Amino acid sequence: MKEFVPAGADLELRGIRKEFPGFTAIENLDLQIPAGEFVALLGPSGCGKTTTLRIIAGLEEPTRGQVLIGGKDVTFTKPHERPVNTVFQSYALFPHMTILENVAFGLRRRKMANPLQLAREALDMVELGYAAERRPQQLSGGQQQRVALARALVNRPSLLLLDEPLGALDLKLRRQMQIELKAIQMEVGLTFLHVTHDQEEAMDMADIVAVMNKGRIEQLGAPEALYERPKTAFVSTFLGQSNLFVGDVVESSANSLSISVAGSKISVPKNRAEKHDGTIAIGVRPEKAEFHRTQPAASAELNILGPGEIVDIRFTGVSNQYLINIPNVGNITVFAQNIGISPVIELGEQVWVSFKVEHAFGLVDLPAGNEA
Amino acid sequence: MNRYRLSRFILPIYAVIALVYLLIPIVYTIVFSFNNSAGRTNTIWQGFTLDKWLNACQRPGICEAVGNSLLIGGVSTLIATALGTAIAYALVRYQFKARSLVSLSLFLPMATPEVVMGAGLASLFFNLGAGYGYMTIILAHVMFCLSFVVVTVKARVQTLDPVLEEAGRDLYASPSMVFWKITFPLLLPGIVSAALLAFALSFDDFIITYFNAGPVNTFPLFIYISAAKGVPAEANVIASAVFILAILIVIGTQVGSNLRQKRLFAIK
Amino acid sequence: MAFAAFSPSASKQKSSSPVKSGKIVLVLLLPGLLYLGMFFMVPLVSLIITSLETPDPSGAFGVYQYALDFSAYQRVVVDYFPQILRSFGYAFLATLLAVLIAYPLAYFVGVRLRTRPLVQKLTLTLVVAPFFISFLLRTIAWKQILSDNSPTLEFLRSLHLLGPQQYFLGTPFAVVWGLTYNFIPFMVLPLYSSLERLDLRLLEAAGDLYASPSAVFRRVTLPLTMPGVISGTLLTFIPITGDYVNASRDFLGASDTSMIGNMVQADFLQNSDYPAASAMSAVLMAVILILVTVYVRRTGTEELL
Repeated sequence: MKEFVPAGADLELRGIRKEFPGFTAIENLDLQIPAGEFVALLGPSGCGKTTTLRIIAGLEEPTRGQVLIGGKDVTFTKPHERPVNTVFQSYALFPHMTILENVAFGLRRRKMANPLQLAREALDMVELGYAAERRPQQLSGGQQQRVALARALVNRPSLLLLDEPLGALDLKLRRQMQIELKAIQMEVGLTFLHVTHDQEEAMDMADIVAVMNKGRIEQLGAPEALYERPKTAFVSTFLGQSNLFVGDVVESSANSLSISVAGSKISVPKNRAEKHDGTIAIGVRPEKAEFHRTQPAASAELNILGPGEIVDIRFTGVSNQYLINIPNVGNITVFAQNIGISPVIELGEQVWVSFKVEHAFGLVDLPAGNEA
Repeated sequence: MNRYRLSRFILPIYAVIALVYLLIPIVYTIVFSFNNSAGRTNTIWQGFTLDKWLNACQRPGICEAVGNSLLIGGVSTLIATALGTAIAYALVRYQFKARSLVSLSLFLPMATPEVVMGAGLASLFFNLGAGYGYMTIILAHVMFCLSFVVVTVKARVQTLDPVLEEAGRDLYASPSMVFWKITFPLLLPGIVSAALLAFALSFDDFIITYFNAGPVNTFPLFIYISAAKGVPAEANVIASAVFILAILIVIGTQVGSNLRQKRLFAIK
Repeated sequence: MAFAAFSPSASKQKSSSPVKSGKIVLVLLLPGLLYLGMFFMVPLVSLIITSLETPDPSGAFGVYQYALDFSAYQRVVVDYFPQILRSFGYAFLATLLAVLIAYPLAYFVGVRLRTRPLVQKLTLTLVVAPFFISFLLRTIAWKQILSDNSPTLEFLRSLHLLGPQQYFLGTPFAVVWGLTYNFIPFMVLPLYSSLERLDLRLLEAAGDLYASPSAVFRRVTLPLTMPGVISGTLLTFIPITGDYVNASRDFLGASDTSMIGNMVQADFLQNSDYPAASAMSAVLMAVILILVTVYVRRTGTEELL
């Protein structure tokens, strides 16, 4: 199985811009993906991720910029001449051909020897060998998805593009397919670029996540890095939730800097802050924050805010989510893991919120509505 | 409750009556094709016979006329289907400026009276010095069949998801391969449908043909010319045969595709 | 839109908006469009030119000269005024009857039979079956069924619905009957197309909002299927005005039921009065263009085809 496909190639997008009549889908995109990685392109609908995929596949031409695969400029190469294959969101299986013929399609066009035999092997790999003579309409969604995958993989593409291929599947099937896809990718060592709006999926499957918003890539990196240290307001709120505080920098020492928010000081380590002067936003993940019934002792390692009032409590199974309103600061969300000893607290009680300085992160921009 | 129940039946009963009304002339025509009529008149029932069906070509001129209609129909259908399919595909898949104008130009022939088109073409051919005959008839037929082909194929193209063609390109098929291996097979039912429609229109056309035929006799012309003195039963035979064939083809394809669908979804 | 109903899987429309652009469009469009230009547009122009011709000074029969002679139009409008009136009158009646007959039928097939697709398709085939048999023969069939001494008339006379001296053939009634019958398929298909696509949940919603069945029809069904009605009307009204087979003496008409089409045919093929025939055709064409323009102004061209 390991000899079935060669290793993948790396992908580079330089200065890609795509304009459509009436709007610009991609502003200025730079992206570098090393070979053999599973990369997720994550973003909300309309952010341009599908357009990016289509440009890489050759189904659209960029208005400006270059696409390089394995170092070769393929910007103006036709799709049928690129070593790229796509697994489409709707699978796009040819209804007038059997599954076997579907999978063999690309091999036949490239005039490969023994197309049917190779196709059968590919179907076996996705455990659908027994259905080779059936038509796509006779298969279930999960089966069709696997055929679409086999049809793409059998061509040994340098780069495999997946356009939200799991969107139409129910939760359980989706989880199963996520595991299978990741296993296949690791086994054959291809470069996968997976487009999705589901952040859990992205963080779960990918080695590298690129978060895209409004035609730009805001941040790129390993899932944990992105989660623990988001660099922009969008990433901090799109990937998980964040509490954000905005203020002017009032103190700056060797290792940390602080802003003042409603009389309280909020500090962030300098090596976790993108911007070091002016008005900045500092954030913290809700699960890293705690609340206390009495004011905690001041400490250099702790950011303390309060007092405030609990205005909402939600039970979500895994955790309790508390919404605390602190005058002049705003609402702060705190997650408390449900380990059986849930803090007995009621709406309206007065509490203080604290979080460790080392858990704070400083953003490069300000949340919407805060621009000076 | 009872009143509500009864009123549900009004529509189906009406439909049956309407269908009977629609089918009366057809039944009449078919029945009279078995009439043991002497000579050219076929107005009074004179007994059942299979004679006319077995010896239809003995009536002078009729089989030649039918032959001409078949030939003209075949050629016109080929040309109209090819031209019309191309236009239909372009209309659905491509963006271009003169869309409205093109749609309008295709609609007008369908809404224009045959008399106007017939007279117009006749005067055009006359001014060009072209003699009336097969060529002029075929040129005329292609013209009025074109719009109907476009409409029929267009409906089919609209059911064709563009992503299938994109998948083809993604899988190393050149544009012409994409057309022959993906687009064309999937459009085929619509194209065949359009071709049948074009053939039916051409075979049955009278008015436009009458203005442009010259010496050539087609089946509808034969009937019209006979109408003054009496249409022979053989004409009924031919028309009935064509009718039965057409209905069988249409019903056959519908039942066939229904069975195929059932078979496909039986296995999962 | 009309005959699309007959195409397989016509109802499974995916929203595929035009995506591509390129030079290949020209290759696809030009042959067909040039053909239409040559064999539809040019003949119309030719008709207009012919209508303005004037009789050759030599006085030879059927020979004309190019000119800007509008006398043909004058003659046509004055002399043929009865025919013009009659044609539009018959066409109006026939179209109205066709709508009244076709609509409930199309509703039955397009809405009520939706739960049984095969039955639906077969019934639709039956409805357009007249289309498959020679239109001349089906007109002759009516001629014989409604002829003066036919069993049908005897039957009606025996029921005293018809007086002993009354008859059908050669009357306007027979002509309109024939016209209606022959053009019903052209009315049914656009209506069916519209009704087949009607979202029944809208009717349910209306019922939920206290609308009686007749109110549902008047305020929801009819407005939503209006495009089909208009399309059907455009495809029947004008072609009927130009018909001459039904009204001709050999079929269902008599000399006093002649229509525009009969005059054009007579002038063109028998009297060689080409300017008159062309002028009449041009007038008809002008009426079509006005009607279609009004329609297009209101609804645009996307729904036309």
